[in-house]
Amino acid sequence: MTQSFRLDNTGLINKNKKISFKFNGKNYFGYEGDTLASALIANGVHLVGRSFKYHRPRGFFGAGVDEPYAIVQLSRNGETDPNVRATEQELFEGLEAKSVNCWPSVNFDIGAINNFLNIFFPAGFYYKTFMWPKSFWYKIYEPFIRKAAGFGSASTKHDKEKYEHKYEYCDLLIAGSGPSGLASAYAAAKNGARVILAEDKPRYGGSLLTSDVSIGNQSGKDWADNIITELKGMENVIVKNRSQIFGYYDHNMLVMSERITDHLPKSDKHTPKQRMWYIRAKQVVISSGSIERPIVFGNNDTPGVVLASAAKEYMKVYGVLVGKKPVIFTNNDSAYETAIEFKKNNINPVVLDSRKNPQSEIIKEALSLGIEIKFSHVVVAAKGYKKVKSCDIAMISDNKENLIDISNIKCDCICVSGFWTPTIHLASQSGSKTKFIEDIDAFVPDKSKQKEITLGSANGVFTLDETLKTSFQKGYELSKEITNQDNKLQSPQVSEKQQSKHDKFWCVPLPNGKNYKRFLDFQNDVAVSDIELALREGYRSIEHVKRYTTLGMATDQGKTSNLNGLQLVSNIENKVVPAVGHTTFRPPYTPVTIGAIVGREIGKHSKPTRKSPMHSWHEKNNAVFVDAGVWLRPRYYKKGNEGLFEASKREAENVRKNVGVCDVTTLGKIDVKGKDSAEFLNRVYTNAWLKLPVGKARYGVMLREDGVVMDDGTTTRISENHYHMTTTTAQAANVLSHLEYYLQIVWPELDVNVVSSTEQWAGAAIAGPKSRDLLQKIFPDIDVSNDALPFMGFLEANLFGVKARIFRISFSGELAYEVNVESDNGNFMWEKIIENGKDFNLQPYGTEALSTLRIEMGHVAGSELDGRTIPYDTGLDGLVSKKKDFIGKRSLLRKAFNETDRQRIVGVVPLDKKTSIPEGSHLVNDPKAKMPILKLGHISASCWSVEHNNPFSLAILKDGKNMIGSKLYAMSPLKNKTIPVEIVSSHYVDPKGERVRS
Amino acid sequence: MLYIKCPYCGYRSQNEFAYGGDATVKRPELNKEVTDKEWDNFVYLRKSPRGKHLELWHHVSGCRQWIKVLRDTNTHEIFNTYKSEDKVET
Repeated sequence: MTQSFRLDNTGLINKNKKISFKFNGKNYFGYEGDTLASALIANGVHLVGRSFKYHRPRGFFGAGVDEPYAIVQLSRNGETDPNVRATEQELFEGLEAKSVNCWPSVNFDIGAINNFLNIFFPAGFYYKTFMWPKSFWYKIYEPFIRKAAGFGSASTKHDKEKYEHKYEYCDLLIAGSGPSGLASAYAAAKNGARVILAEDKPRYGGSLLTSDVSIGNQSGKDWADNIITELKGMENVIVKNRSQIFGYYDHNMLVMSERITDHLPKSDKHTPKQRMWYIRAKQVVISSGSIERPIVFGNNDTPGVVLASAAKEYMKVYGVLVGKKPVIFTNNDSAYETAIEFKKNNINPVVLDSRKNPQSEIIKEALSLGIEIKFSHVVVAAKGYKKVKSCDIAMISDNKENLIDISNIKCDCICVSGFWTPTIHLASQSGSKTKFIEDIDAFVPDKSKQKEITLGSANGVFTLDETLKTSFQKGYELSKEITNQDNKLQSPQVSEKQQSKHDKFWCVPLPNGKNYKRFLDFQNDVAVSDIELALREGYRSIEHVKRYTTLGMATDQGKTSNLNGLQLVSNIENKVVPAVGHTTFRPPYTPVTIGAIVGREIGKHSKPTRKSPMHSWHEKNNAVFVDAGVWLRPRYYKKGNEGLFEASKREAENVRKNVGVCDVTTLGKIDVKGKDSAEFLNRVYTNAWLKLPVGKARYGVMLREDGVVMDDGTTTRISENHYHMTTTTAQAANVLSHLEYYLQIVWPELDVNVVSSTEQWAGAAIAGPKSRDLLQKIFPDIDVSNDALPFMGFLEANLFGVKARIFRISFSGELAYEVNVESDNGNFMWEKIIENGKDFNLQPYGTEALSTLRIEMGHVAGSELDGRTIPYDTGLDGLVSKKKDFIGKRSLLRKAFNETDRQRIVGVVPLDKKTSIPEGSHLVNDPKAKMPILKLGHISASCWSVEHNNPFSLAILKDGKNMIGSKLYAMSPLKNKTIPVEIVSSHYVDPKGERVRS
Repeated sequence: MLYIKCPYCGYRSQNEFAYGGDATVKRPELNKEVTDKEWDNFVYLRKSPRGKHLELWHHVSGCRQWIKVLRDTNTHEIFNTYKSEDKVET
């Protein structure tokens, strides 16, 4: 198989290494160093896709990041990636790609009928066409639009690849390794600065790879190669290729995506596919270069119409011809380099130059090589459907309004150059204003907003000599400010051709009687006529025109189309371009893989997993775990064939009958110390704290300033000025921040310190009528009688040689104790409890049984303290002191908080004593009433009461106080259930609280 | 991402901090009669200035100190940072 468009003696690819690949099911080969685009062009493939709206045939337009057409669906190592630019995807063995946005095939695409119906798809057609009848939206329009939208399809499988994040700091971050990037990086690095040089492409050098210049006594490319080699060897420099700096954020933070294995058949086991770099730079050099812009003419989207610079790059870098009978259409000198390159490879181009009589070195050279040049000539329209076959050309009048003598010439490609657009995206993202430069008909960055500077053609400087001089100087100056070193390099001598002025001409007029589509935005199919229509319909702001027509809104973000769009609007509006302004540049500069943004923080790694010291015991004893915040807690301990219901019921019953042990390590714990601790707690909690004696615990409720309950827990006075506070598992971090706020900001005069001690203590709750017997057995030396250790008492004791704290507190409502030991002794404590508990039928219990026990006891928890309830609502109003002030007290005077029919916690039992009520169900009077049915309250927590052996729920109910005994309905539309219920007291078990005091 | 100079730890990235709102808000004194209006102002009403703003930030993943940050809400420029006890003229 030969490659009829491959050149023998040119290119930077490795022709010794063939690489086979598949496109749309057909086998091809290319060489190492090819992109998918260059390899396809070498094989004569120019039809690679269909356009977004009209499904017109699409080929290649650029050779890199600016590519609007050649978007493919890529398969690699069993994964699939949409939205891959063929011009950037490097070839690897076994690569498979296919066209997108076409059905059944790229050659015969049904959707192409849109092209002939285009009268129905003008600008804003979504808004106009799909408005009526309204009922059609869900069933017909929306599915249709969804099916038609997008390039390719995302994989629905879990991505096997790994992505990494990396944080880096540097003195100078340099975006782009063209002449300005290399020169400034080199000058700064030699002056001692820590430099990161990032290049998007696999090859360094930017325009030096393809331009015909010499620096010092070397070719531009050799100079670039040598600088890169030297930079790579320096310890203070990081040089990265395949790395796109795509976002410039606040305070000189830039984000770069490094494609590590995208160019390889697969990632090896330990290599991430991509790495996201978060770089904080003291100074940024934006050397992102410029992108050639097209001239607009009829059917300018036909495959075979390419940017002149891309045609040159395909020849010089890849040794590939985009055509053998080229027409070159330009308004400036740079396209002559493309013409000369064709000529050197024995291809005869025809150059159409819109300028009347341009004079410059390179034009003379082209003429002397015998290249045919037609001045004052333009391409009127490309001819051909799936590939350019010929083009209509004409002479153009001096005022650029009239076409004279239209004729047709045969050609197989049209290389177009409408001059250069500086890539100002990063500077603009940084917040810099832009200014319009008449000389180059483009915007460049104005005054820097952050610590950044733009150099070279990104700053509108198109001569190499000036670029290098400035870049060497700036690299030196900027590094000197940071390093205080003074090692200045001389800028090398440059030999380049002088350029003549470009022509301010960007759109070929339509010939009389012709209605060619002239495209501005090639990816979103936005033509000149669409912009004209938007303006006729009254859109003025460029931001509105953009959104109405979708100009520049495709995945290429208008890299080749924005400026021509502005030119058109300014022409029609009879304004200058800067008065029209440009749309906002936002990150990312190029599409970024979602996987890279997420990094390693997926699945289990999306948050830390905290385990108690007893975790491995739980695992060995068949615990089924549940996520409790970031903690893993045993939900139940499975025996035989038990499910959640049977196991948790058994565990809860055993607590009520014998004794159970529960791992409560996860409870938030805060150490409070200092002589004003009592006063502080008195301000934080709603109840009184000044008189709590040493060795006693007290239950407390804390509010937010708006009166809503924030958290609850017990706090124990360990010694005169030392308290041990507990919080709920979920609120531990928030409570600590809350306390720190009041101590540091509001009451700094208080002598109190707080610190989290959650991880320092392991905790076991021993609960049940036999808990005292068990406690006595494991603490034989101390008196644990009701007198010596009463309810809410506290003792320090010795647990088989280990220091322990015993708190007589209870969440289950049974006689209960919590034993704490230092975390390292947690497992020791647990095993001692289990071992000694055998005599008392001890069983471990998990969070499900814990919930059951607290729900039927009417103890509130997170599902009642849900950030919407005040103390009254949750039955905690008895704990609100009337005498003293505390955080949030003033809010409790609010009228709504004191209504007589205020919501309040109640118990709920189904009338049939069988049907469990789904949590979240609404309580209503009449389930058959007309929607929306008045909601009286909601079910906050449900359990199977082991005491009564029937379902029981807690609810927050309007006028709950007076509703005890009423019959209501619990409705759960989600579960499609309506359950008749009776309202009872929330204290379903031991309402007088005798057990905890027994 | 902002780069905030903690007066205790030095420059740290924003993801170590939690935002704490307007630093000029004063909590009414304890045990003092407060009108509904004053209390409502304190609990709910905040200015949202465009420009200079003295803010509280909590160095949550660092030294756990609440600090004051004088920041431009429009440009995100940070003019200075202070310890919580520092008096700041705005």
